[in-house]
Amino acid sequence: MKEYKTITEISGPLVFAEVDEPVGYDEIVEIETPDGTTKRGQVLETSDGLVAIQVFEGTTGINRDASVKFIGETLQMPVTEDLLGRVLDGSGRPIDDGPDIVPEERRPIVGEAINPYSREYPEEFIQTGVSGIDGMNTLVRGQKLPIFSSSGLPHNDLALQIARQATVPEEEEGDEEGGSEFAVIFGAMGITAEEANEFMEDFERTGALERSVVFMNLADDPAVERTVTPRLALTTAEYLAFDKGYHVLVILTDMTNYCEALREIGAAREEVPGRRGYPGYMYTNLATIYERAGRIKGEEGSITQIPILTMPSNDITHPIPDLTGYITEGQIIVDPDLNSKGVEPPINVLPSLSRLMDDGIGEGLTRGDHGDVSDQLYAAYAEGEDLRDLVNIVGREALSERDNKFLDFAERFEREFVEQGFDANRDIEETLDVGWDLLSMLPKQALNRIGEEYIEEYYQEDEAEAVTADD
Amino acid sequence: MSQATESDVTEDGVIESVSGPVVKAVDLDARMNDVVYVGHEGLMGEVIEIEGNLTTIQVYEETSGVSPGEPVESTGSPLSVDLGPGMLDTIYDGVQRPLDVLEEKMGSAFLDRGVDSPGIDLERTWEFTPEVEEGDEVSRGDVVGTVPETESIDHKVMVPPDALEDDETAEVVSIESGNFTVTETVAELDNGEEVTMRQEWPVREQRPTKNKYTPRTPLVSGQRILDGLFPIAKGGTAAIPGPFGSGKTVTQQSLAKFSDADIVVYIGCGERGNEMTEVIDDFPELPDPQTGNPLMARTCLIANTSNMPVAARESCIYTGITIAEFYRDMGYDVALMADSTSRWAEAMREISSRLEEMPGEEGYPAYLAARLAQFYERAGYYENMNGTEGSITAIGAVSPPGGDFSEPVTQNTLRIVKTFWALDADLAERRHFPAINWNESYSLYRDQLDDWFVDNVADDWPELRQWAIDVLDEEDELQEIVQLVGKDALPEDQQLTLEVARYLREAYLQQNGLDEVDRYSPPEKTYRILQGIKSFNDEAFEALDAGVPVEEIQSVEAAPRLNRIGTTPDDEADEFVSDIEESLAEQLRELY
Ligand SMILES: Nc1ncnc2c1ncn2[C@@H]1O[C@H](COP(=O)(O)OP(=O)(O)OP(=O)(O)O)[C@@H](O)[C@H]1O
Ligand SMILES: [Mg+2]
Repeated sequence: MKEYKTITEISGPLVFAEVDEPVGYDEIVEIETPDGTTKRGQVLETSDGLVAIQVFEGTTGINRDASVKFIGETLQMPVTEDLLGRVLDGSGRPIDDGPDIVPEERRPIVGEAINPYSREYPEEFIQTGVSGIDGMNTLVRGQKLPIFSSSGLPHNDLALQIARQATVPEEEEGDEEGGSEFAVIFGAMGITAEEANEFMEDFERTGALERSVVFMNLADDPAVERTVTPRLALTTAEYLAFDKGYHVLVILTDMTNYCEALREIGAAREEVPGRRGYPGYMYTNLATIYERAGRIKGEEGSITQIPILTMPSNDITHPIPDLTGYITEGQIIVDPDLNSKGVEPPINVLPSLSRLMDDGIGEGLTRGDHGDVSDQLYAAYAEGEDLRDLVNIVGREALSERDNKFLDFAERFEREFVEQGFDANRDIEETLDVGWDLLSMLPKQALNRIGEEYIEEYYQEDEAEAVTADD
Repeated sequence: MSQATESDVTEDGVIESVSGPVVKAVDLDARMNDVVYVGHEGLMGEVIEIEGNLTTIQVYEETSGVSPGEPVESTGSPLSVDLGPGMLDTIYDGVQRPLDVLEEKMGSAFLDRGVDSPGIDLERTWEFTPEVEEGDEVSRGDVVGTVPETESIDHKVMVPPDALEDDETAEVVSIESGNFTVTETVAELDNGEEVTMRQEWPVREQRPTKNKYTPRTPLVSGQRILDGLFPIAKGGTAAIPGPFGSGKTVTQQSLAKFSDADIVVYIGCGERGNEMTEVIDDFPELPDPQTGNPLMARTCLIANTSNMPVAARESCIYTGITIAEFYRDMGYDVALMADSTSRWAEAMREISSRLEEMPGEEGYPAYLAARLAQFYERAGYYENMNGTEGSITAIGAVSPPGGDFSEPVTQNTLRIVKTFWALDADLAERRHFPAINWNESYSLYRDQLDDWFVDNVADDWPELRQWAIDVLDEEDELQEIVQLVGKDALPEDQQLTLEVARYLREAYLQQNGLDEVDRYSPPEKTYRILQGIKSFNDEAFEALDAGVPVEEIQSVEAAPRLNRIGTTPDDEADEFVSDIEESLAEQLRELY
């Protein structure tokens, strides 16, 4: 292992050093500053004689006299089941005063892509107990389903609610022994200490910490470190899922901070920026995170990802949510208007989507009418939503009776279906029953998305009449 | 991909620098686009720039840990694919390595590096039946025999295009039926040429043909809005742009499943792993509506997902279209889906920026438009070298950032393709699927395909379509007024038009891609649904003229059943519509 004192340039998070022996791309570097602190970095570009290094902990304190040491390997994560219950920093070092971690194995954090041929299509319904998700945007095991939110909204409460309540109903009934165990990996990137406490307290209160591994990069921790935190988390997740058979739920928050870090590095390298200053390769880069979810043929375990991101100016076309949406299998939208109306959780189902829903629901999985009910709720809520604009202009009297019903429907949908509080845990039957309560206020003929047999079975005649009688 | 044997490997070079997928080497004796093996692990790459003694290589595999000083070997031949039986019912990565073989060789579900594999099985034998006899004269491209490749497709064994000059013929001196591997000689020509089932072809080069014709037959898609309003021709080109989650992939998959192509080449270019898995799971189970055989028997899949190396994403489009050309040469109608061409363009951009090329619009290389045009130009309805006719229909998804169609990939694509299926986030949000916006979309093939629909489906196909378009246009105008004053403020006839338009949207344009019946609508059913709605329109307006208030017309019981035709099995649909038509007439006439 050769040591150099050959730093030629320091620029933002980057250090350039001259070398006289070849250095591998992506290799780990240790830099010791004159005052004795050691910082870690990674080779971004290597050529005969010169390397560019990105320093995780920031370049403060580094000068030309600092020594540079090439470790001769790429960044590895020490993995073991003993990580469960531990709290690590954003670089994977324990910060919880626990015992030393004795790794079973060290794994490169740049995960290899899963061979698409080896994947198993995810179709196992996860009940989150949240109607806006279970009923309308069903999550399945092995899915990557991000929460798109904005600053100041209760996305953390929603993520915690999901982590707390998530179960697979069949297994719950079946023998406990047979099913795999459940683990949570929490990767924090640049969140505030206050937010971090919120998560930690909830984990401790519910006992979830024991089956969790926490990676913490806080707002005042080095930004560049954020580019490795999710990869450490996912390497651990892959080990637990595909070597140890756990069903792993990975929560990554806040992906926006991750992307900002990418942008910072790109700018320091003077790259040609892509849209709004973010690197042109951000899609590919994000994909190497989000695609590390799923199921593998013949393996017990699974990785389900719930990344959280805050949309700058609540703009869904901003590159961060946009590129994320192009990679993930849907998105759950947390909405400021619903939040100010006091709807908890404030999920706006219309722009939300779960692409893996269709194979996870229906007869034998959730309930036969699930797909139709969800389609109809969407269509009816969309219609009611449209009418809200109109009613502001022309008033309710100018609307037909049918239109008025749809307006009422939209209101009740938000108040009774979406709204449930962060502590309520509704099973799928209950969610669908609430759905039918609402649909039954509409005329039968308006339910054009629902099979006649289900209308027969679930439509409540008196409900429709009751509403008409009120008018 | 086509494999270079050890002996092909020529001069060694030395790595000078590594930056992600781009490696520069010195002292390498290689030509532009030659395949090279990089570093101790022998990672596959392609030469993309030569400047003095410095050669730039894009590497098709992850380059972590590779360092300057490691060797580079050139194979001396350009990036090529293996063509021959066994490509159907197979899934490849972007450089034609079969993914099942990789899984086996790597012994893992994760894609390791430095493992290579031929594109077609060199060991497997196929039953060859000659189509020509000894003494027959053949020219290039001619079919000398066939092998049953899958239950749906007879694979034609052809004289390679480079075996003879154009217009030159050669005599078959020996040919025999029997079981052969793809590298064994099945026919010998008097010029010494030995014909095998396997051909090699450089992916960036179009395979030769005789003529390109104006396409006049539709690629019947089984999607009502496409066949009915925006049809595509066999040999045509189409773009499906739309924001995320609007239905590009579902539309492409529906076309791959139900269109009446002989062969489907489906390229998952930089998209999700699970989407490819879904195809691998579904296609062997689903029947081809034309033959009843499993869909996989006519399908070749190419999967270079978003997390797989970016350089192989750049090449996967070429791998796909070259395979498509080979089946076209046999006289088949091939449909090629590329999901998504934007990821391909981004791969070009990424490589280009590592080369520090002068960026064009939004950082894309200046040659973006040219590359897109070259790709779509390889589609078309052709007369092949051997006199048969074959076609490639190219359908590309486009993923514009922020769903904004003004960006370079969408715009440059629209300048080339003749069919535009615009997906709309707003429709998708209200679960109107397929979320194809009928005001923005167009097909320039519409008129030239009318004859086919008139001959094969119904005489008044064009007239009925025009009626539907007019109603939808009128609805569009009326909606603007409704937004201001409410529906009830409109005159009654306009209110009724809105009602008819609603049925057009709900019963005709909407089609549930996930419903077992509705997902495929044969043209006869597509036509019949439209007829049903037209009948409602005619009866309803008569009632209105006779003084029946529009509210009463709207609440006639039989009308909402129009929405159920889609999910009614094909063989019952005609009767079901007749039944609705009768009830409608009866119930509406009762009102006056
Ligand atoms: N024809 C259809 N019928 C029913 N559902 C559909 C249809 N088209 C799209 N959908 C729904 O919309 C979802 C998203 O569609 P799809 O995956 O095709 O979007 P996309 O445009 O390819 O998005 P991306 O750019 O992110 O890949 C599907 O998972 C499905 O739920
Ligand atoms: Mg898609």
